[in-house]
Amino acid sequence: MWTREHIAARAAAELPQGSYVNLGIGLPTLVANFLRADQNITLQSENGLLGVGPYPAPGTADADWINAGKETITATAGAATFDSATSFAMIRSGRIDVALLGAMEVAANGDLANWMIPGKRVKGMGGAMDLVAGVRRVVILMEQCTRDGESKLLERCTLPLTGQGVVDRVITDLGVFDIEDGAFVLRELAPGTTVERVREATAGSLRVSL
Amino acid sequence: MAKSPKQALRKPESGRDRKVVVDATEALSVVQSGMRLLVGGFGLCGIPEKLLATLAHLPAGDLEVVSNNCGVDNFGLGWLLEAHKLRRITASYVGENREFERQLLAGDIDVSLTPQGTLAERLRAGGSGLAAFYTPTGVGTSYAEGKETRAFGGKTYLLEEALRGDVALIKAEIGDRAGNLVYRGTARNFNPLCAMAADYTIAEVETLVDEGSLDPDSVHTPGIFVDAILHSPGEKRIERLKEQMPEGT
Repeated sequence: MWTREHIAARAAAELPQGSYVNLGIGLPTLVANFLRADQNITLQSENGLLGVGPYPAPGTADADWINAGKETITATAGAATFDSATSFAMIRSGRIDVALLGAMEVAANGDLANWMIPGKRVKGMGGAMDLVAGVRRVVILMEQCTRDGESKLLERCTLPLTGQGVVDRVITDLGVFDIEDGAFVLRELAPGTTVERVREATAGSLRVSL
Repeated sequence: MAKSPKQALRKPESGRDRKVVVDATEALSVVQSGMRLLVGGFGLCGIPEKLLATLAHLPAGDLEVVSNNCGVDNFGLGWLLEAHKLRRITASYVGENREFERQLLAGDIDVSLTPQGTLAERLRAGGSGLAAFYTPTGVGTSYAEGKETRAFGGKTYLLEEALRGDVALIKAEIGDRAGNLVYRGTARNFNPLCAMAADYTIAEVETLVDEGSLDPDSVHTPGIFVDAILHSPGEKRIERLKEQMPEGT
């Protein structure tokens, strides 16, 4: 079983050299802690910054510099700021190589639901629908089951969609799955778990290709 | 959208200081009940604090606001919520505000949720003389229900209409007396787009400088999009303070 930190580290390790990456709120934000300098990754924050740096040193936080989660941040050397229309121009036009996002449900056909639960309070989709519509590769980071033990890898999503057929890969506490031809394809098993355990925790079509 | 011809809103005087206003109440005298306001900012970053704080105490109400978020309790657009000034909000994300939730559940306020990039582009189109555009965002989701779609090159897009407002309230780091604006850091966000898309734009600036002080190449919003400038080095608030852990912890 992988912890949240293990999931983040696994996601960081596969980011292509020199790529532009957008990190979602929550678990994906942890990925920044595991990037190696030699990967030369540029992080984009959709509120208007290319080149997101570390959190500020104590006492130096600046209200004018925040990330999409509204946390204070710094900018890297070589960073650029821009307005929101320009930010989503780079997102929709496919210039961001990878988006790492959280999810409530992922389906075997690549559908993603991560913005609302009917009957619960709706907070809004923020930039999630734009990101999944435009970013070249969408990788979902999440725990594979809900707190009640229900699988979040389904044949079809039950919650309202964020995007249709948009997910390329899912990294969970149990392993790494690619979405191919309407199925979850298990590529990598987390240490200390088994294919049987993965089968139990996957409600959608599953192929094993380790 | 209330009728508000730009000619009626524009102050008649001409000359060098015609855009500079002495206080927020004077600047906001153009805001009438029922108007649609475009408000810059992302979270609490780059919001026109002084203009919002002042508007909460003025008579105009029944307002429709277009803004990425709706402030937090006791700050930003939260002040207008507490004063019951808002009829409707168009936003991409409205968490972090209990008063908003209370008014929404009570039916006192109506919300229209729009993807963030679509909201930005609707404002950009509205400020650019365009009627509508096609976007891939939201295709195949419940958000797309009732929207016109069209295929280009085998891919489906949604038709989205441009969005304009009666008055924009925006924030910039520096403004000059011609209305040229420079933003700072991620406080730029929706501010240049709101400035373009309103009949009358009021910019709150932390620093006011004379014409000629700004390098023309460094101007982010050209003064033609700005009708009034208010100098107000006001309070900025951090929504989520995050700092690096000190070494050795």
